[in-house]
Amino acid sequence: MFTRRQALMGVAAAAMLAAMPALSAAANETEIAALPREKVTLVAPPFVHAHEQVATTGPKVVEFIMPIVEKPVVIDDEGTTLQGMTFDGSIPGPMMVVHEGDYVELTLINPDSNSMPHNIDFHAATGALGGGALTLINPGEQVKLRFKATRTGTFVYHCAPEGPMIPWHVVSGMSGTIMVLPRDGLKNDKGEPIAYDKVFYIGENDFYIPRDENGDFKSYDSHGESYADTLEVMKGLVPSHVVFNGAKGALTGENAMKAKVGETVLIVHSQANRDTRPHLIGGHGDYVWEEGKFANPPAKDLETWFIRGGSAGAALYTFLQPGVYAYVNHNLIEAVELGATAHFLVEGDWNDDLMKQVEAPGPIPIN
Amino acid sequence: MHHHVMEAVLGAAAALAVPVALIGLAGEPASGRDAAVTVEIPAAAIDYQLPGEFLADGRPAAAPSEVRAVDAFRIMKQQVSLADYGECVDDGACQPAAARPGQVDVPVTGVNWLDAHAYARWYSAATGQSWRLPTALELAVASAERFVGDSYSAIADDPSNPAIRWLRQYREEVAANRAPDPEPKRRGHFGSNSLGMDDFGGNVWEWTSTCYERVTLDPVDGSVRGAIENCGVYVMEGQHRTYMSSFVRDGKSGGCAVGTPPDHLGFRLVREEPAFIAKVKSALQRGLTSMFSGTGKG
Repeated sequence: MFTRRQALMGVAAAAMLAAMPALSAAANETEIAALPREKVTLVAPPFVHAHEQVATTGPKVVEFIMPIVEKPVVIDDEGTTLQGMTFDGSIPGPMMVVHEGDYVELTLINPDSNSMPHNIDFHAATGALGGGALTLINPGEQVKLRFKATRTGTFVYHCAPEGPMIPWHVVSGMSGTIMVLPRDGLKNDKGEPIAYDKVFYIGENDFYIPRDENGDFKSYDSHGESYADTLEVMKGLVPSHVVFNGAKGALTGENAMKAKVGETVLIVHSQANRDTRPHLIGGHGDYVWEEGKFANPPAKDLETWFIRGGSAGAALYTFLQPGVYAYVNHNLIEAVELGATAHFLVEGDWNDDLMKQVEAPGPIPIN
Repeated sequence: MHHHVMEAVLGAAAALAVPVALIGLAGEPASGRDAAVTVEIPAAAIDYQLPGEFLADGRPAAAPSEVRAVDAFRIMKQQVSLADYGECVDDGACQPAAARPGQVDVPVTGVNWLDAHAYARWYSAATGQSWRLPTALELAVASAERFVGDSYSAIADDPSNPAIRWLRQYREEVAANRAPDPEPKRRGHFGSNSLGMDDFGGNVWEWTSTCYERVTLDPVDGSVRGAIENCGVYVMEGQHRTYMSSFVRDGKSGGCAVGTPPDHLGFRLVREEPAFIAKVKSALQRGLTSMFSGTGKG
């Protein structure tokens, strides 16, 4: 395994060492203030803001701004509406990417158009309930939190105000992912560098929409009115919807993800509340960090990978055949009936060596 | 034997029991129940795209079109209503529909092929007439300018790369971009076609008596070499042609693998003109025509 020290001796060692004289020890405010700063504009999932896979500079302070947006969100093709709560307006919240040793500096804004207090708990952060205890803000307030990205991997962040508000805010859409890359990039099981051509970020949500006496989904005029009924459905632990990126069909049709034969994609899969088991139908996970933590060697050649509720995992795959791939939660009832299906459209040449229909369907011969 | 042929034979046999005295000049048999309003579809020959899946040289081929003729027939002007279907349920002859919207004057939806078939039998008994599901060809003729059939060609674009067809069909379906329309509509909402038949191609797809089949075509002249019929799956017509297992009541759980599935599954029926009655009617009409035109030789 690569230790953090070995990682630091990687590609850009000289630059890094010049910029971070004493990061292994606690840096003081003066030292942090001296670090370069970078402002990142977040983009909505399944896309991820531009980033380096291998850091070419030393540690930085990376600035993010996220407004919290409470809004109704249509979550299926029947027009079912969730009284949604979002980070930055999207479900899941946008993915942030930094490198190990960087400082994440988040300005969290709760506009006064919102009705509830919110905060953020970063699973990547250390202390204060992941930052939750330092970020609780009312409508009309904002707060700035800085934490040091000390562990590599994909990590969930979510809202965690207090008591029953915690699961309710999470299953209303308030979760997202931060990816902390090793400064010298990803490694395979042998410690050799590996890279991706594209990264796709899939957030899976379980929703709990109450039904009326006819069995139809209810809609509410406000979060407050939906709360009591929703909590009852939540306590039954049977989701009405299990979807990717906030809605059934959010990653199919026009929004299907696109790749080419020979391209390597990193698929980050995040579930803040409930276990799931992603599977790429007709493909594999070449290298999979099920727990999402890059300090552990990736598993190889997986058919299905397990993402624990409250974590994000990552799978690297190089497409070998063209076609329409379904990427599903391989509880197929959840995939087909509840919505957890995405599509990849992959262009390229067919490989007869990997697969060929030797004989077309036809009558069974009678001898 | 094709199921619809079987039905036709049974229908003709049943109708022989109807006393000839009850047949009016317009050919409308009396009954204990007000029968549904029908429209007369004149005899026609149409260029008809065959339903099913087609293979030529072991590869997917486009569905061939053939000129097909049908005799004149009568079909319900509107889809069977929730209220009418409810009477069959109350009689214990039909299973309750899976969809139960608030209104009554809406087409029955949430019904599978077996439900539609059971309704036709019950309705025939209730009216003393012979009713059955239309064939896909009859529905093509009756829906006239509204008929769509298969929206997308199944042809293998590149024999060496099956993915090209899969990707093309996916993109075509995406481009069609039909928004789901789950709200039940009153009957008549989608208007009439040129033959006076209502609501075809709205948000209710209609069951037919035509079975799904996989057909092997001659790679040279495209003629049919053989077919394997699967009467567990039936052709449905509407905004696009689709194929559904006979037990499926919700379009979303069957049929189209990608693209927007049918909003609702329903049906309308054809009134079978039994051979015997048709003969009498035709003879009477001939006689009348002769009388009025004065050209009779009789």
